[in-house]
Amino acid sequence: MATPEAIGWVGVPLAVIAGAIRVSTPFLFVSLGECLTERSGRINLGLEGTLVMGAMSGYGVAWLSGSLWLGVLAAGVVGSLFGLLHGVLCSLPKVNDIALGIALMMLGTGLAFFLGKPLIQPAVENLPSINFGWWSDIPQVQEALKINPLFIVGIILAPAMMWAFRNTRWGLIVRMVGDSADAARAMGYNANTVRVLATVAGGFLAGIGGSFLSLYYPGSWNEGLSSGQGITAVALVIFARWNPLYCLYASLLFGGAGALGPALQAVGVTQGYYLFNAAPYILTLIIMVASSSSRRRLAGAPAELSVTR
Amino acid sequence: MTSSAINRRSLLKGATAFGIGGALSSGLRFGTARAATLTIGFIYVGPRDDYGYNQSHAEGAAAVKKMAGVKVVEEEKVPETIDVEKTMESMINLDGASLLFPTSFGYYDPHILKLAPKYKDVTFLHCGGLWKEGGPANVGSYFGYIDEAQYLSGIVAAYTSKTKKMGFVAAKPIPQVLRNINSFTLGARSVDPTITTQVIFTGDWSMPVKEAEATNSLADQGIDVITCHVDSPKVLVETAETRGMFVCGYHASQAALAPKGYLTGAEWNWEKVYTDYVTMIQKGEKVPNMLRGGLKEGIVKRSAYGAPVSDEARKHADSVYDKFMAGDFVIYKGPIKSNTGKMVIDSGVSQGQTDIALESMDYLVEGVVGSTS
Repeated sequence: MATPEAIGWVGVPLAVIAGAIRVSTPFLFVSLGECLTERSGRINLGLEGTLVMGAMSGYGVAWLSGSLWLGVLAAGVVGSLFGLLHGVLCSLPKVNDIALGIALMMLGTGLAFFLGKPLIQPAVENLPSINFGWWSDIPQVQEALKINPLFIVGIILAPAMMWAFRNTRWGLIVRMVGDSADAARAMGYNANTVRVLATVAGGFLAGIGGSFLSLYYPGSWNEGLSSGQGITAVALVIFARWNPLYCLYASLLFGGAGALGPALQAVGVTQGYYLFNAAPYILTLIIMVASSSSRRRLAGAPAELSVTR
Repeated sequence: MTSSAINRRSLLKGATAFGIGGALSSGLRFGTARAATLTIGFIYVGPRDDYGYNQSHAEGAAAVKKMAGVKVVEEEKVPETIDVEKTMESMINLDGASLLFPTSFGYYDPHILKLAPKYKDVTFLHCGGLWKEGGPANVGSYFGYIDEAQYLSGIVAAYTSKTKKMGFVAAKPIPQVLRNINSFTLGARSVDPTITTQVIFTGDWSMPVKEAEATNSLADQGIDVITCHVDSPKVLVETAETRGMFVCGYHASQAALAPKGYLTGAEWNWEKVYTDYVTMIQKGEKVPNMLRGGLKEGIVKRSAYGAPVSDEARKHADSVYDKFMAGDFVIYKGPIKSNTGKMVIDSGVSQGQTDIALESMDYLVEGVVGSTS
């Protein structure tokens, strides 16, 4: 058993980077999913429930089938079903997407806890990681650079989505529906259909994000698993100004900031850990205050969103 | 609202007076109805198979279930709010329970204190040791000195560690947690006084991601033995195993989760405590209002040694275990300094496990790297 030398203060930035890589993936997937949904003009607050449902079903399917990637796929499918439910119900007249989202959040977490009862005990193997730290002799660096393929998928997905919003027909349709349902109708597109599809796709991503939690890091199913990460990720989208690339940065920032508290305590900075644990939220407040304005609408916000309309 | 509450209450009273409910609940407590089935309710704050606190209680309940003449009802994930009162009332009124084990610390005040005077025929046994003189007669409180087992874990950890650095992931700096950290550290330093224990507080009882991050941070700092005081050590134990660390368990045995690195662990022994209680009630004996104890009294136990534990470590830990069992070992024997250099227990003073001073512990001993605020 290797007993690595202590690396002291270097451990803090290393832990923040490693934390950004390890912890950010669920944030990234949920926020990209939400970004897509919101760009089409709807808010799905239920993604917290979708995330937890994805974590539970991914773990369950992986356990029963013995195939981890099948678990990831199942999590995505369950996520899209939740997205479909949200999308279809919101297409009915006078249904408020925010209220429905909260209902689905509760349904998702409740259902996941109920169905997940028999899954707390079994231990399922974790998803494999790719070792990008082969060039380093330092075990801590090697450990930090063990990267899960899902994280890489997320990193590629963010600029790809950004590009798609600008350059593809589908991306432009989603944005048009999000900015003006009337214009979309005039062009011959059904706003509801586009929104349902965007919500389904968003749910799929959030479900995948959930499977990362239960199948990779921290890597087991229990009821405290998400501790609000889904909700945080939904808020990240506003923070990221509905820009997929900024969603990536914000997710990394949150992942890294979350690692700060434990890392500082590990090197002996023991005073004020509650404050360090609150670091991500303080950071959010600062950026929100610094970038807000009373004179104009939030830059980048889709005009059809019920919160900005 | 008010009137309907009064109606329901008076209805229940009436029902008891006319013997409808009375047949279910009265007389069971002191065993006049020994032949009748004793219905026992267990209430958990989380899922009962969490490899942690709730599982330890559920294992106790499972042992009670095997006894003759009892019926066990259980409810999981009951919050420490008015919800627990509803659960208790429904167990009493609908299931006919005459003995309740509400196992979470926060159930006691005000919830048990509110219901106990209302249901005098029901015995409430609460985990946490919160009963005070003058409290309701039908309430009992119990708790264990699990830090004795932590002390033994510390000894084993000290022999196994190569870097001489231990890690402790804890939820909150409250006296019970600090006592575990201190006992673990004192045990380790009784073997090698150069050993340090690095503490990380996560801020709450169940924070899986933060617990995993804390474990990784400790591993990066060269810490090779880790233990914890959180509600469910599953994530921590699994993460430590993947990082190649040694682990000492807590609450229940997590040996199955870390076949390579599991050393030993501090476990509750609710199987014994709960079956003893039930036997007492079945025999018609008066249940004590306060029950506390450690290894000797059988309220706590330790996990079987894992493969990496050397013979030397086993021998040393076993000899101290024997002293605990004989009742002549004191962990907190002065002089003990805190990690800020303050003398917390003067030389010549020894605070035994029942010493009230230990219940308000607000320091970390020398050798612990961490702070209580």
